[in-house]
Amino acid sequence: MAKTKVLERKPLTFSEKTYIPQIASGLAATFVNMFKKSVTLEYPEVRPVIPENYRGVPTLVKDPKGRVKCVSCQLCEFVCPPKAIRIKPSEIVDEESDRAHIEKEPAAFDINMLRCIYCGLCQEVCPEEAIFLQDSFSLSGYTREEMVFGKEKLLKLGGTLPDNHFKWDKKKSAEENTEKDH
Amino acid sequence: MGEVKEVSVGDIGSRAAEADPEFKAETMALNVGPSHPSTHGVLRLMMQLDGDLIKECEPVIGYLHRGDEKIAENMTYNQFIPYTDRLDYLAPLSNNVAYAMAVEKLANLEVPDRCQAIRVICCELARISSHLLGVGVYGMDAGSWTVFMYTFTEREKLYTLFEELTGARFTTSYTRIGGVARDIPDGWLGRVDTFCKGVLPILNQVDKMLTRNRIFMDRTVGIGVISKEKALSYGMTGPNLRAAGVDLDLRKDKPYLGYENYDFEVPIGLNGDCYDRYLMRAEEIKQSVGIIRQVIGSFPEGPYYAEDAKKIFAPPKDKILTSMEELIQNFMLVTEGPQMPKGEVYFEAENPKGSLGFYVVSKGGGVPYRMKIRGPSFCNLSILSELLPGHFLTDITVILGSLDFVMGECDR
Ligand code: SF4
Ligand code: SF4
Repeated sequence: MAKTKVLERKPLTFSEKTYIPQIASGLAATFVNMFKKSVTLEYPEVRPVIPENYRGVPTLVKDPKGRVKCVSCQLCEFVCPPKAIRIKPSEIVDEESDRAHIEKEPAAFDINMLRCIYCGLCQEVCPEEAIFLQDSFSLSGYTREEMVFGKEKLLKLGGTLPDNHFKWDKKKSAEENTEKDH
Repeated sequence: MGEVKEVSVGDIGSRAAEADPEFKAETMALNVGPSHPSTHGVLRLMMQLDGDLIKECEPVIGYLHRGDEKIAENMTYNQFIPYTDRLDYLAPLSNNVAYAMAVEKLANLEVPDRCQAIRVICCELARISSHLLGVGVYGMDAGSWTVFMYTFTEREKLYTLFEELTGARFTTSYTRIGGVARDIPDGWLGRVDTFCKGVLPILNQVDKMLTRNRIFMDRTVGIGVISKEKALSYGMTGPNLRAAGVDLDLRKDKPYLGYENYDFEVPIGLNGDCYDRYLMRAEEIKQSVGIIRQVIGSFPEGPYYAEDAKKIFAPPKDKILTSMEELIQNFMLVTEGPQMPKGEVYFEAENPKGSLGFYVVSKGGGVPYRMKIRGPSFCNLSILSELLPGHFLTDITVILGSLDFVMGECDR
């Protein structure tokens, strides 16, 4: 059977019954704490330290060459438990881009921040590392519409993150190499 | 409570009523809650009072019902994890672990040692944070604001640790079926150890302020006594049951996550009153600190998720980005969910509030056919209609505080 420890209790001593030791130790605690460093922060003047990998507001990011990484595979839209994401996929319309008519990009990408629970599942499933929960954590707005963040706003919030893979560039150069071989 | 009844107005009233029905004192209906600071959430109590004495009490629950069990049927196993945070929202990590373990039991999947060790630390830290809150708020309910300040300062440090580990302070969503969301950050174990060192002196401080404090004792000793039999017949679990003197602790009785390898004691109470329930939580924090230290001392190396469970746990991100096979695997996992065999399982874990159970029925595939959640707070609260009558109105705060329930889990 389980190894247990019985919680005994002793009757109060005479001095304890007079309340005096407790009052004295209470006052002592107050006195000691007056000289301790305060544990609270003067938010919002002083900001808390946000650790790496914090799950704040979800944002869309660009790669270092300034291209939108999202290919609108809609996996994040599918996984999002409160269904906060709405995506309208489209082809890349910018004819200048080397990815035009090949890869896709979202025509519209809305996250309803009033529904989002910052769970991080979208970041976890994204096969392009295009959506990241970054370190901003306090959002506010005057209307509900304002809190549905569109693609431009999400990209602005997200900024550019370093990329270790350059998936597209590798694919492109591999294709060019095979073309040369033929 | 015998001697209290002697002097109560209620009794004089009932004696007078016996002599002459004309004198029958009227009882007063009093409603407490659903939003009342001492009901810790949205519990509502409907009472009949005779003077200050509670004659009848009917708890009304369901104000925080969100239909979690039904929600679970409409999403994959992994998508439900954020919802488990919101059961016992004071110890989300241990809910995450209990849920993941239930589904893993269905899949018959063993997670690697390192993952188990991480989960044990998570569970025990969650227990500490929940009990710190329990003791602090209980102290505050009984009139000791200082204790609350001390325990909340410590709890804040814990939340910083959770934030580092999981990315969120409150809604951790940390486990996944077959593992955990990410490995522990560098140096995190060291910081956990520092926290463990720091929490013990604070506990001593709290001990000095409450344990031998006559004011606190006057308000809690002999109040809200729950006998062994009562506790068992109402299906109570956790610290409240152990305070009544039953040594049921699933970590010892049905060990999971390798709890059998750690050396710890299960405190049990002798009287089952409010004071015992306070002693219980304070002692459990110390035991949890002991367990965490043992885990840190023998922290295993290796993967933090079940690598061979390809149909259950997503492949590492690097692979998804570079290889076709893993990319497809990722797509399948997200859209179809982790693949489970047909069957039914029940798993319960010793959570801070009691045993949290998940009953999962699967017809195969990645979505549960039916899920039932056994919330310990629900059972622990069901005793209120029997426990409160015979006490004074002022005792309600103390009794509710000592039961340490959380409505998120009671109403689900
Ligand atoms: S953000 Fe990622 S997961 Fe979402 S649509 Fe874009 S590429 Fe797919
Ligand atoms: S963080 Fe969670 S809730 Fe928010 S958009 Fe991503 S998946 Fe949806």
